[in-house]
Amino acid sequence: MGRSISLTVNGEMVTADVEPRLLLVHFIRERLRLTGTHIGCDTSHCGACIVLLDGVPVKSCAVLAVQADGRQLTSVEALAAGGKLHPIQAAFKQEHGLQCGFCTPGMMMSSFALLADNPDPDEEEIRWALSGNICRCTGYVNIVKAVRAASAQMKLSAAVPIPVGAGS
Amino acid sequence: MLPAPFEYSAPETMDEALDLLDALGDESKVLAGGQSLIPLLKLRFASPAHLVDVNRVAELDFLDEHDGVLRIGPLFRHKAAERSGMLASKYAVIAEAARQVADPIVRNRGTVGGSLAHADPAGDWGSVMLALDAEFVLRSKRGSRTIRARDFFSGPFSSALKSNELLVEIRVPAADGRKGGSYLKLERKVGDFATVAVAVHLQMDDGKVKSAGIGLTAVGPQNLKADRAEAALKGRALDDATIKEAAALAAAAAEPKADNRGSVDYKRNVVRVFTERGLRRARERAQGGA
Ligand SMILES: Cc1cc2nc3c(=O)[nH]c(=O)nc-3n(C[C@H](O)[C@H](O)[C@H](O)COP(=O)(O)OP(=O)(O)OC[C@H]3O[C@@H](n4cnc5c(N)ncnc54)[C@H](O)[C@@H]3O)c2cc1C
Ligand code: FES
Ligand code: FES
Repeated sequence: MGRSISLTVNGEMVTADVEPRLLLVHFIRERLRLTGTHIGCDTSHCGACIVLLDGVPVKSCAVLAVQADGRQLTSVEALAAGGKLHPIQAAFKQEHGLQCGFCTPGMMMSSFALLADNPDPDEEEIRWALSGNICRCTGYVNIVKAVRAASAQMKLSAAVPIPVGAGS
Repeated sequence: MLPAPFEYSAPETMDEALDLLDALGDESKVLAGGQSLIPLLKLRFASPAHLVDVNRVAELDFLDEHDGVLRIGPLFRHKAAERSGMLASKYAVIAEAARQVADPIVRNRGTVGGSLAHADPAGDWGSVMLALDAEFVLRSKRGSRTIRARDFFSGPFSSALKSNELLVEIRVPAADGRKGGSYLKLERKVGDFATVAVAVHLQMDDGKVKSAGIGLTAVGPQNLKADRAEAALKGRALDDATIKEAAALAAAAAEPKADNRGSVDYKRNVVRVFTERGLRRARERAQGGA
């Protein structure tokens, strides 16, 4: 049985009919066709599916689509604006913070939430904030470097705000 | 993987939620943070006909301390516990456990009450509440009852909760005077469930132990309360010999099983070492803090 939900997705209002059992991650990937959000596991351990709900990072494989009714959803697609990479994206590229890129959307969304909360995190704070994200190929050294580089860049440029909702 | 189909309701008040649970009985499951339940639904380890989502019931999300009782709402999130300055300054065992439950993203949604209701023997909050000698208020449409944490857990993923009941409040005797606590957790990697963890809460009076609480995680069919170790501490000065004696009693209370995280002897030894360390740390905090 379908239910109607309305939410803001990356700043735009969306209304859809969903079955209650539909996971938010499937809604995002299959209904909204926003395939930047990945599915990396069946047990809610990997963090590849992280998006922001009202500015708070959540694993979208452990949230139902119906639970997003009335909320603001931000996915990795919101980072790049006007064809220009967000400083976090630019830093992951520059610092080789990715190899296969599978974990990268989740890494960047966690990093985004961290930097919104704490613009100048030290290495330990970065590692702590990313401890719900698993990367199986790059290794974390370059990912941490990327977040530090992004933090430095964002302080310089007072980065472009993106739609993240009330919580951030 | 997709969960099996279910009906879904998202009540906005506790009364509405209780009405639904009462009408639906065994067919229903409460959905709180969803960080245990949704993975179970996906794996089809659970397939309730109806989910009652309580996330919009604001009256279930609170933290306050008055009249000698700390009250925690079941919907209080792990993250809120991690960030509370009041808990950090007065209930070290809660604050220290909070930052070690799961990973930071799971903590954004997971709730203290959901974790207790889930009754995972490897869950962290159960041991914390046993150490604090907490009570849980369980409410149904037909009335409410209060049960001590030690009587709540009844085996792996089993508790005293009935299908029409909601855990609506966690009550902890307020910490007064000199108190200290700690939560030590051994995990294979950050964010993992415990191989072993030990919760300690101490109240001191005039250099002597007024009360001691010790809870053990992942070393039995449920979270365990190390009663004999607690009793051995009561009324005594916390010297090294007393600490060692209590640690040996806590290790004896553990009923670990061998698995890929470690052997029986290994886990029991970790209980001993962590109880010792935890008591020392709690003692320091009790001396330092008001
Ligand atoms: C990757 C990962 C790692 C984790 N690591 C840990 C860890 O290290 N330590 C740990 O302790 N936990 C861990 N967890 C579990 C996590 O803490 C969950 O948040 C918690 O176990 C359940 O809380 P919840 O609010 O998410 O409840 P839900 O998943 O919504 O519900 C769990 C159960 O409790 C019932 N329930 C919930 N609220 C109530 C209520 N108020 N009244 C009656 N019944 C209720 C539900 O019906 C369900 O049966 C982990 C989870 C994940 C995904
Ligand atoms: S797909 Fe959500 S945590 Fe792995
Ligand atoms: S870049 Fe391949 S998993 Fe992280």
